[in-house]
Amino acid sequence: MTMKTVLNELHRASGGRMVSFAGWDMPVHYGSQMEEHHAVRKSAGMFDVSHMLVVDLAGERVRPFLQYLLANDVARLQTAGKALYSCMLNEQGGVIDDLIVYYFRDDAFRMVVNAGCADKDLAWIQQQAEPFAVTVTPRRDLAMIAIQGPQAREKTLPLFAPVLAEAAAKLSVFNATHSGDWCVARTGYTGEDGFEIMLPEAEAPAFWKALADAGVSPCGLGARDTLRLEAGMNLYGSDMDEQCSPLEAGLNWTLAWEPESRDFIGRKALEAKRNAVDNKRCVGLLLEGRGVLRNHQKLFADGVEIGEVTSGGFAPTLQRSIALARVNPDVGEICTVEIRGKHVPAKVVQPPFARKGKACINLEGE
Amino acid sequence: MSEVPNELKYCSSHEWVSSVDDGVVTIGITDHAQDQLGDLVFVELPETGQALELKGECAVVESVKAASDVYSPVSGEVAEINEALMDSPELVNEDPYGDGWLFKVRLADETELDNLLDADGYRAAADI
Repeated sequence: MTMKTVLNELHRASGGRMVSFAGWDMPVHYGSQMEEHHAVRKSAGMFDVSHMLVVDLAGERVRPFLQYLLANDVARLQTAGKALYSCMLNEQGGVIDDLIVYYFRDDAFRMVVNAGCADKDLAWIQQQAEPFAVTVTPRRDLAMIAIQGPQAREKTLPLFAPVLAEAAAKLSVFNATHSGDWCVARTGYTGEDGFEIMLPEAEAPAFWKALADAGVSPCGLGARDTLRLEAGMNLYGSDMDEQCSPLEAGLNWTLAWEPESRDFIGRKALEAKRNAVDNKRCVGLLLEGRGVLRNHQKLFADGVEIGEVTSGGFAPTLQRSIALARVNPDVGEICTVEIRGKHVPAKVVQPPFARKGKACINLEGE
Repeated sequence: MSEVPNELKYCSSHEWVSSVDDGVVTIGITDHAQDQLGDLVFVELPETGQALELKGECAVVESVKAASDVYSPVSGEVAEINEALMDSPELVNEDPYGDGWLFKVRLADETELDNLLDADGYRAAADI
């Protein structure tokens, strides 16, 4: 049974090319993925992300619960509305999911998790929450719309109710505000400024239409993927999963080791590997030769296999092919990629590739 | 609605073949195929002079989404390739039956053309 978001009919009416994604019937593009990508880098685009799951957590011991559940430390969240990106690990240190957690009050936090992981996440969270007497409430009654791009905020703010508009206008990056069941966060998955808005399903279609009337371009999952890849952001299931630890997925920065006394799920397993010299590294690749980098292509240096592409594609902002890759730690500045039997040279670079409308890496040869 | 010109012949694998001009045919992918693929970003073509087998893999078209093989609808030798696609693969999206042609083949056996689909046959095969 394919699930549909409350905006499904609007997507179809706007010419959305629908595909099945994580059990949901979602638009991959509305005509041109490339134009949608450029709209977000140059003006403003909007994404229906209602397939992602909002989970509310309530109870007196929510904070200690999340300090145990998540690899990043919610002690960092001290002002209402502050958000934090974190991995949720299993005991082996593999990534169950990556998510954003919001702090509202000492007895109320919220998480937003990936659509494809929603069921297993919910089961895991509920199981872990029991000893902490934390109430776990999935909010399938909320829709979620991301508006991204240099003009995203100015086009969106006038459409809010006055009280919400005033608070949303003052938000600093990675902070949220809410009013009733509307929650506005200055977050995103594109490398551009903008908002991610959670709102009651019944109000979402009118809001989507108002955004379209304000000149915000509807964008599909295709552009969402090329934008996040250019921004150097990991995709769960491609760049990390339950078999891969954050140490080998370029997510070390999300692991809060201090204080040492904080016991979080997966900590023991990760500590054993924390300083291992053979941990793989996550790097960026810029294809120097002709072709397109794709997931699972093999990488070589001096004829020896050194890793593989975890997510690859064409970067519309750079007009070049780029990838995130997992490689041996001693990787040099170049490698070759096996594309249909041929070895094509690629430069090893530090992501992000593009953010705020511009390239962040040198596109010229050395 | 995807265009399927009546004057061309087709394969169910979404290639089109022009009528014969002095033993040579032009080959491309259909409007329906480019529409399904989305924005093309890379095209890999055979080399001029290369021998092609009937239904053999001979080119690759890559969109932002995925790579897709092109199969030769005929056997023969590559007479010419569309060099413009090296820098402008989007021509295939913009004009699949014109400037977005892929390559030309000097036919080894003209009777192979009799086995190709006409426009109605392709519409039925591609369900459009």
